[in-house]
Amino acid sequence: MTLSVVYAIFFYAATLLLIAGVARKIVIYARTPAPLKIPTTPAPTTKAGVVWRMTKEVTVFQSLFKANKWIWLFGWVFHVALALVLFRHLRYFQEPVWTVVVLIQPFGQYAGFAMLAGLAGLWARRFLVDRVRYITSLSDHLMLALLVAIGLSGLAIKYLAHTDIVAFKAWMLGLMYFDLQPLPSDIFVLLHLSLVIILMVIFPISKLLHVPGLFFMPTRNQVDNPREVRHTAGWTAK
Amino acid sequence: MATKFDTPELFKNIEIIDTPKYEVDSMAHSSPYLAKAQHNENLGFPGELVDNWEEKAVTRLGELVDGSRALRTFLDSCVKCGACTDKCHYYLGTKDPKNMPVARQDLLRSIYRRYYTFSGKYFPKLVGARDMDKSVLDEWYSYFHQCSQCRRCSVFCPYGIDTAEISMAARDIMDSVGHGQKYCNEILGKLQTIGNNLGLPEKALINTLEDLEEEVEEDTGVAVKYPVDVKGADVLLIVPSADFFAEPHIDGLIGYGKVFHQAGISWTLSSYASEAANFSMFIGSGDNLKKVAQRIRDAAEELGVKRIIVGECGHAWRVAYSFWNTLVGPFDFLDPRYPAPQHIVEFTYDLIQRGALNLDKEANDHRRITFHDSCNVARASRMGNLPGGQFILPRALITASANHFFDMSPETTHENTFCCGGGGGLLTDDLMEIRIKGAMPRMQALKQVVDEHDVNSMVAICAICKAQFNKALPAYQFPMDMITSLHQVVGDAIQLGTKE
Repeated sequence: MTLSVVYAIFFYAATLLLIAGVARKIVIYARTPAPLKIPTTPAPTTKAGVVWRMTKEVTVFQSLFKANKWIWLFGWVFHVALALVLFRHLRYFQEPVWTVVVLIQPFGQYAGFAMLAGLAGLWARRFLVDRVRYITSLSDHLMLALLVAIGLSGLAIKYLAHTDIVAFKAWMLGLMYFDLQPLPSDIFVLLHLSLVIILMVIFPISKLLHVPGLFFMPTRNQVDNPREVRHTAGWTAK
Repeated sequence: MATKFDTPELFKNIEIIDTPKYEVDSMAHSSPYLAKAQHNENLGFPGELVDNWEEKAVTRLGELVDGSRALRTFLDSCVKCGACTDKCHYYLGTKDPKNMPVARQDLLRSIYRRYYTFSGKYFPKLVGARDMDKSVLDEWYSYFHQCSQCRRCSVFCPYGIDTAEISMAARDIMDSVGHGQKYCNEILGKLQTIGNNLGLPEKALINTLEDLEEEVEEDTGVAVKYPVDVKGADVLLIVPSADFFAEPHIDGLIGYGKVFHQAGISWTLSSYASEAANFSMFIGSGDNLKKVAQRIRDAAEELGVKRIIVGECGHAWRVAYSFWNTLVGPFDFLDPRYPAPQHIVEFTYDLIQRGALNLDKEANDHRRITFHDSCNVARASRMGNLPGGQFILPRALITASANHFFDMSPETTHENTFCCGGGGGLLTDDLMEIRIKGAMPRMQALKQVVDEHDVNSMVAICAICKAQFNKALPAYQFPMDMITSLHQVVGDAIQLGTKE
């Protein structure tokens, strides 16, 4: 039970840091003015067009596809797989489980491997491509190591050393309803949880800020209409 | 400064620009001349490097980040994916890895992280954060003057991170501590005291234009006018001052005059605002950007014109199209039926659509033409009503005026265009090495159309591109006079005396 309490405290703290940290950054991004119109052109001339442009960037990584097919392949596979894996994990947070979450369970499992494959490709580039090696710092390696370790420990629970998943889910639901239950003390469960807690904590203070940042980039989210609509903000509004 | 260097070699028959293996610090020796105290002070900057400059530079960085959502998200969000690493013409031409966009950004990001992020404050080694010191300043001065702010990297970045914004911020910071660049700051001083980058005074300007009228009349037998300071004219034309004297710029100016002449629309230049260029953008100075733009608004109101049209100049069109309305708008005193401002290419295009110009394509049969998209027009502005009109309209002008047109490889045109190598405040002799090496990708693409289609004329719509190609073309064994103004081609095709 001590273990359960310790992990519960860390989990609560990490959740708080993640939510507060990202929310704080979003507020800062939203409040920082964009004084000039700087969309990278050709750019959409309507708001609907901008929504479409951003949708393509977020879902199929349009610009990255243009830039480099290998990075796109590894990066896109990783992100889509991660999304599936996260969605699959919803089943540990709800009772009853949504039908759609039940339905994607098998895909979510394959996605675990796809996610690792994508990460492996991205990591390999950091060693094999001289230019990418040059721009890589220690934190870039550590971030990949962390994500790979999370993926491996997760797959280990599924395929290597089963845990009492019913008990685990009881613990997770207990966290959500403030009714603490015992946590199965299998090594991979504890490892998986620890690594995820670390990821949650560093999210708002690392390059993972590209997730909220992407939506605030004036080069991508501005409408190309400076002659038609007078734009002012920050120093240009004074 | 004028060190000897080898011009990169062009390859035969390669379709894609080759990405080189990097050579560390191969361009570390490149730095422009420092501005004199007077040049800095004219613009409101300290004359020389101030005491405590490290602290002041860091403070200024904080102010800039607080005032620019772009800068803040750009500095936070880069994941070092590497998508931009082979996109910069200066990297391709010099092999110096600090000319990879992400590495150039990191020169500034490392300071931002050290002073303004948790990870950089407590784990600097881990995230590549470093203290602000003289070696950083020297590195900034060198490599932020190896960026032409062309925005090619921002096209390919999955988030749209634009190194131009970062290089503008770095130059702003350097100016704010008294470490300005001579070329940009001296020119901006001239513009604000005399009215143009050249320092051409009113009287000399008037004489130049009178000579031009005589010359055109001698050549064509038609009295085409090049009016200055005509109150009540319909159109105020704002051109880069290079159009008044440089080749092939002046042939473009001659062409504008012919277009106005045949269309029968009254127009004027202004001796007070005799400059379209606004180098304030290159040095990231908002105050100066606004002051210089204000001159043009003032001239338009003083002359009582109905429209403002901007001549062939890349960054000037970015400032005019994207920033004027914000800085010195609204332009509610102008005729609302026309966009304010309008590009001369939009103007001529509309005339052609209306059948207002008689064009004889055969007049250009000696030209086998290709078109160089200028970065600031391609990636930072628009022409016409449709996104991408900036690619369609100039080409439409060429094909309406000439029979032989051949586009360069699509990887090097439209929004993928390569910078001429001289933009962003680098068009100075003390930066000749980076200019020539940076022109390599464009020259490579040009070589392909020269080899395949016997192209003998590269048309451009930017004063900087034109001046830069005057140096770059001979360096790569092309004839210098290949570089041609778009309105020279149009002007040569106009059959004067058939409409008016």
